[in-house]
Amino acid sequence: MSNYITIQREELYPFIQDKFSQGFNYLLDITAIDYSEYVKTQDEEFAVVYIIRHEDFKQTIVIKSYLSILEVQTVTDIFSGADWLEREVYDQYGIIFKDHKNLRRVLNHHGFKGHPLRRSYPITKGQLSLCVDDLQDEMNNRLLGKSVVCKLEDGSFSDCSKDLMFLNLGPSHPASHGTIRTYLALDGETIEAAVTEIGYLHRGFEKSCENHTYNQIIPYTDRLNYCSAISNNIAFAKTVEDMLGVTLPPRGQAIRVLLLELSRIEDHLVCLAAILVDMGAMTNYWYMYNPRESIYELLSKLTGARLTNSYMRIGGMTNDLHDDFESDLNNALLKVKEGVEETLSLIKHNRIFHDRTQNIGIISPEDAINASLTGPNLRASGVAYDMRKDNPYYGYENYEFDVVVGSVGDVYDRIMVRFEEIQQSSKIIDQVMRTMPDGEINIKDASIVLPKKEAVYTTIEGVMNQFKLTYEGVKVPVNEYYGSIEATNGELGFFIVSDGSGTPYKVKVKAPSFTAIAAYADMIEGLQLADSVLTLGSLNIIAGEMDR
Amino acid sequence: MGLNNPAMPIDTAIATKLDKAIGWARESSLWPMIFGTACCAIEFMSVAASKYDISRFGAEVVRFSPRQADLLIIAGTITYKQGPILKQIYDQMSEPKWVISMGACACSGGFYDNYSTMQGIDEIIPVDLYVGGCPPRPEALLDALLTLQADVKTNKYDPNRHKDFKGLLDNV
Repeated sequence: MSNYITIQREELYPFIQDKFSQGFNYLLDITAIDYSEYVKTQDEEFAVVYIIRHEDFKQTIVIKSYLSILEVQTVTDIFSGADWLEREVYDQYGIIFKDHKNLRRVLNHHGFKGHPLRRSYPITKGQLSLCVDDLQDEMNNRLLGKSVVCKLEDGSFSDCSKDLMFLNLGPSHPASHGTIRTYLALDGETIEAAVTEIGYLHRGFEKSCENHTYNQIIPYTDRLNYCSAISNNIAFAKTVEDMLGVTLPPRGQAIRVLLLELSRIEDHLVCLAAILVDMGAMTNYWYMYNPRESIYELLSKLTGARLTNSYMRIGGMTNDLHDDFESDLNNALLKVKEGVEETLSLIKHNRIFHDRTQNIGIISPEDAINASLTGPNLRASGVAYDMRKDNPYYGYENYEFDVVVGSVGDVYDRIMVRFEEIQQSSKIIDQVMRTMPDGEINIKDASIVLPKKEAVYTTIEGVMNQFKLTYEGVKVPVNEYYGSIEATNGELGFFIVSDGSGTPYKVKVKAPSFTAIAAYADMIEGLQLADSVLTLGSLNIIAGEMDR
Repeated sequence: MGLNNPAMPIDTAIATKLDKAIGWARESSLWPMIFGTACCAIEFMSVAASKYDISRFGAEVVRFSPRQADLLIIAGTITYKQGPILKQIYDQMSEPKWVISMGACACSGGFYDNYSTMQGIDEIIPVDLYVGGCPPRPEALLDALLTLQADVKTNKYDPNRHKDFKGLLDNV
């Protein structure tokens, strides 16, 4: 459970430093809240929030500080992962982080005026971007740190001491997996320095949440990590249910576990298919991608959609499993098993595969934790952190499965961890199907779950209930809450501020891909150009979740 | 056309209109460039994979360089930040070229009616075919491709059709 603490702005840095020395060394998220239209009057208009976890991965603290002036001391010297998180808060809220070395926009384009997540910013006020940021300034600062350039007296940068070539990898590039731009300084084939620019798919999820009801947000969550839509649905629905203080009936929980694990398989299949194509191993794409089609068939039957399922609701889900669900599931799992076996038989003892992936893009366990990596990427570095074991929910403690860890933290480990996680997930699904309880799938509470269609058509209470819930939304008590689950890419969390109405006052996503891409530039410096492509692929960056 | 019919005598000459011959040749040799940004790009992966198999229609030579492509498929949300990049890619493609806008976001901004999302790519580049859906099913994209091919074959597309188009990023 999380512990919520409020402290003074001046004491924020020493407090976090103190907590760090007590073992709170895993930074989850940094965000801010604009209280200007909040239901409870606050002393100050803005507050900044830090969510930090203990090294035992069980205790979490949420530190909040009200800001009399919009400036706080940076914590980048304590957590390297804070770098981009602070930039995001600056970008979205305009809060200055003192002594931050590179405080510039990260999600919105460089010509953007104002800070969109402030309540005063109109949601539909778009701003045209006329040109692309050349990033040369940021690159020079990066090169300065490597003593390749030096700063002249007039503040400009000297010429490079090495004969470097500057190259843009992306934003539109087959290996950039979405639109991510990496600006590289190359010495021959070796990457001397790298700068990453994201935000090309920043489509304003968090702002959109502020004018939709909780159930209307479910389709938006589908499009965060669109390779495994249902896991995002579950993460959001579970957080809101926790705020409401309700728990799903056993069957509902079991179905959620089942679909979470199926999503994990689905997601890992795409990741592995794509990275093998990047490596030139095209055949594996067909082996790994085709099983996804059988999963799509199953999900179409169950939810009505292939990719963006929107299956979950606050308090449960839209419908129970269909009649021949089990045979569809077995068929899909069989296809997955075959695909994985075929692929492994091609790559497991393949010299080219080993040479391209082993000891490439290494990140040590200490660095991985400090950079706030999560999920398979963190486990590949040898950190056995899995929320399903450390903070179990939905009865995960009753299922037998292993937490898969790597030993080196290179591209090979990240690939192989995913292969093994597919096996483990299949194992969990088998156990869920064997022990699937009967009964209700949704909680029984007319103020949360929509009434049955028969009741809507035949009774006045049903009509009223349906209307109120649809029109006003599920009313969540006034609260600030951080909830998370082990989604496919790692810990996916939602920090929600509720003002008691049917629409959240603020939603912040703790997105696994965001911290992974933040660590990417450090990982590829010193590598060959071709290795950067594989490193990016192995981190499984999903642009929708990263840019939100 | 039955050109490989062994019963046909050798040294046969065929008389046709040049436009017709070119249209016939273009129809099944569209080289798509995928500007995949979001969820729709994952559905495009399905279109390219074995089950839906875009190569059945002669459009599987996916190029990631706009200079080598004549069909631009925009699969995913285009934000204002992406605007200049999309425009540059479109401008780099040589004529004749066609544009398919795949999915609700590319067509109209979809349900992202907010500060960062462009409300349809036709604000900056001209579009020939719109495919609805969020994301569209693979069949829908294949249908768009077949429609386009039929029109390319009969030279329905006027090369000067976008002469008067003026997007938000033109001449700024």
